[in-house]
Amino acid sequence: MKEITVISGKGGTGKTTFTANLASLLDNLVLGDCDVDAPNLHLLLNPVNISEEIHKGAKVAVKNQELCIDCGKCYDYCRFNAVTADDYQIKNLKCEGCGVCVEVCPTDALQLEAIETGTLYQAESKFGDMIHARLIPGADTSGKLVSEVKKKASAIAKEKKKEWILIDGSPGIGCPVIASLTGSDMAILVTEPTLSGFSDLKKVIEVVKHFKIPAGLVINKFDLNKKISDRIEAYCQKEDIELLTKIPYSRIIVESLKKGELFVDNDLDLREKMLSVKSKLNKKLEVE
Amino acid sequence: MRLRLAWEDIIKLNPEISLSILSGKGGTGKTTLAVNLALTLGNVQLLDADVEEPNDYLFISPEIENKEMESVMRLIPEVDDDKCTACRKCVDFCEYNALAMMLDKVLVFEEVCHSCGGCKIVCQENAISEREKELGKLRHDNQDEIDFWQGELNTGEEKAVPVIEKLKTKIDRNKKVIIDSPPGTTCPTVEAITDTDFTVVVTEPSSFGLHDLKMVIEMLNEIKQPFAVVINRAEADSDYLIEDYCQEEGIKVLLKIPFSRQIAELYSNGKPFVNRLEGWEEKFKKLYQEIREEAARHERNNSNQR
Repeated sequence: MKEITVISGKGGTGKTTFTANLASLLDNLVLGDCDVDAPNLHLLLNPVNISEEIHKGAKVAVKNQELCIDCGKCYDYCRFNAVTADDYQIKNLKCEGCGVCVEVCPTDALQLEAIETGTLYQAESKFGDMIHARLIPGADTSGKLVSEVKKKASAIAKEKKKEWILIDGSPGIGCPVIASLTGSDMAILVTEPTLSGFSDLKKVIEVVKHFKIPAGLVINKFDLNKKISDRIEAYCQKEDIELLTKIPYSRIIVESLKKGELFVDNDLDLREKMLSVKSKLNKKLEVE
Repeated sequence: MRLRLAWEDIIKLNPEISLSILSGKGGTGKTTLAVNLALTLGNVQLLDADVEEPNDYLFISPEIENKEMESVMRLIPEVDDDKCTACRKCVDFCEYNALAMMLDKVLVFEEVCHSCGGCKIVCQENAISEREKELGKLRHDNQDEIDFWQGELNTGEEKAVPVIEKLKTKIDRNKKVIIDSPPGTTCPTVEAITDTDFTVVVTEPSSFGLHDLKMVIEMLNEIKQPFAVVINRAEADSDYLIEDYCQEEGIKVLLKIPFSRQIAELYSNGKPFVNRLEGWEEKFKKLYQEIREEAARHERNNSNQR
C-alpha cells in the first residue's frame, strides 16, 4: 500500500484538479481530502456520503462563573491572549486548550472541555472510497482533523486491501500541511510558473526535505511563463525532485472544471500526460 | 441626502480605515488585489499576514530579504536532569504530548510544543526553564508611499498566530492600512482580520470559488465582521455563480477583475497591472471610496444599535 499526498504551497495552482484527474486513472484506490479549510475534491468527484461522525478535535477552557473570584490569575498566565482583560472571560477562538488557566485557578472555576471542530465523512466515489471533512469555520486544530481523515483513509485501505491512498493535501507550510504529509510515501508538488508559485514552492520543498519525504513535481500552466517554468525545472533537478509532468495553460481544463468534468476525459494529449505520471509513480514507488 | 452627509461626517471623523483582504481558498487573487490597491492609494501601510506563503513582497519589495528584520520568538521548555525527579507531572499535564518520559528522563518534542508554559508551572522541583526559539520573522521596507511589513513563518513551525499578532503591533492608524490575510477560515485568518474595520473577500466564479466563499462568509458572520466581495477572473458566462448567491444573501459585489491572460502573465513576472493597463487606477480609487463608505455605513449601524 502506497500513500501519495498532493500539495502545492500556493493555493489555486490546480492541486485538487490534478488530484481528481489522477484519481480517475489509479486503480484500487482510497481518496482523502485533507484540504479541510477549502475541501473541493468532492465538487469534482460527487461522492455519496455513507456515514459521518462529529469530530471533537479541540479542548477549550470553560468557566463556572459561580466559583470565580475574579482574581485574574487565568488572565496573567494565559500566553494566548485567550482571557478578556476586564472580566476574565475565555475567548473560545483564541483558547488553545493548554490547561494552564485550569492549573492556576485557585477555586477550580475552570476546566477543559472537548468541543466540536468539524465533521468527518466516509463516502463512496466512482473511483473508490473517499474520506473528507468539514471544519467549523473559525475553529483551530485543522491539523487534528487532517490526521483523522488520514487515519480513516488508511484504515479503510488496509481493511479493503487497497493499493493506493491518494491525499489532496492542504496549501501552505504550517500545521495542516505537516499533518497531511506525515507518514506519506511520497509528495507530489503542484506549482505554477509565477514568481509567487516559485517562491512558495521553495518553501514547500524545505518542508518535504525537513520531514524526509520523497517528492515529484508537476508544473501546471507551464506555458503561461516558460522562463519561470524552466527555472523551476532546473531548481527541482538540483534538489533531486523528479519532474512528473508539465501541463499547459489550457482552455479545455478551464471548461472541464466549469462543467464539473475531468480533463482526462476531454483531451487525449492531457490524458497521455496524466498516464505518464501514473507510470512514473509506479516506477518510483515500487522500485525502491 | 441626509444619510449621505452623515457618512461623510463619519469619514471625516475617521480619516483612515483599516482593511483586510481575504479569500476562502488560495490563488483567487488576494495578493493581486492587495498589491494593486496599495499602489493606487497614497499614504498606505501594507501588511502581508499570509505568513505561510507571503507573496506581496514580489510586487512591492523584491529585495526584502536584505531589509530590516525582526525575529518572532516562542518559548520551549528545557529540563534540568539533575533536578528532575521523574514525577511525570509535566508529562501528564501537557495536552499536546510534547513531553515524554523515557528511562526516567523527560524528552521535549519542540515541534508539537505550543509554548503554553504549563509544564514549568506544574514542576515542583523547579527543574524546567524555558529558552527562546525563533518561530518566524517580520520584515520591513518603508518606501515613499507604501510602508510595507511582512510576516513569515519558519519552516517546520506550525503556529502562524503569534507571527500575525506581532505583525499587528506594527499597525499605524495614521495610514490606510491594508492587511493581506491568510486564506481560509481558521485561527490565523481570524487573527488577521479581527480589529480591521472592513474585509474584502476575493473569489472566482467557479464551483470551487463559490464553495469556499460560502465557508468564509459563514466565518465572517460568526465573528460579525462587515465585508463585501470582489470577483477575480470574472467571465461573462460564469459570474452568475457568485452574483446570484451574493444577491440572495444581500452581499455587495464591489468590483470584477476580468479573466485575462495578460493580467496572469504580468502577475507571473511579479508585475502589478494597475499602472500598466488603462483605466485601472480610477477603478481601484473608486473601489476604495466604496469600501470607505461601506465601512462608515457599518460603523453608523453599529453605533445606532448601541
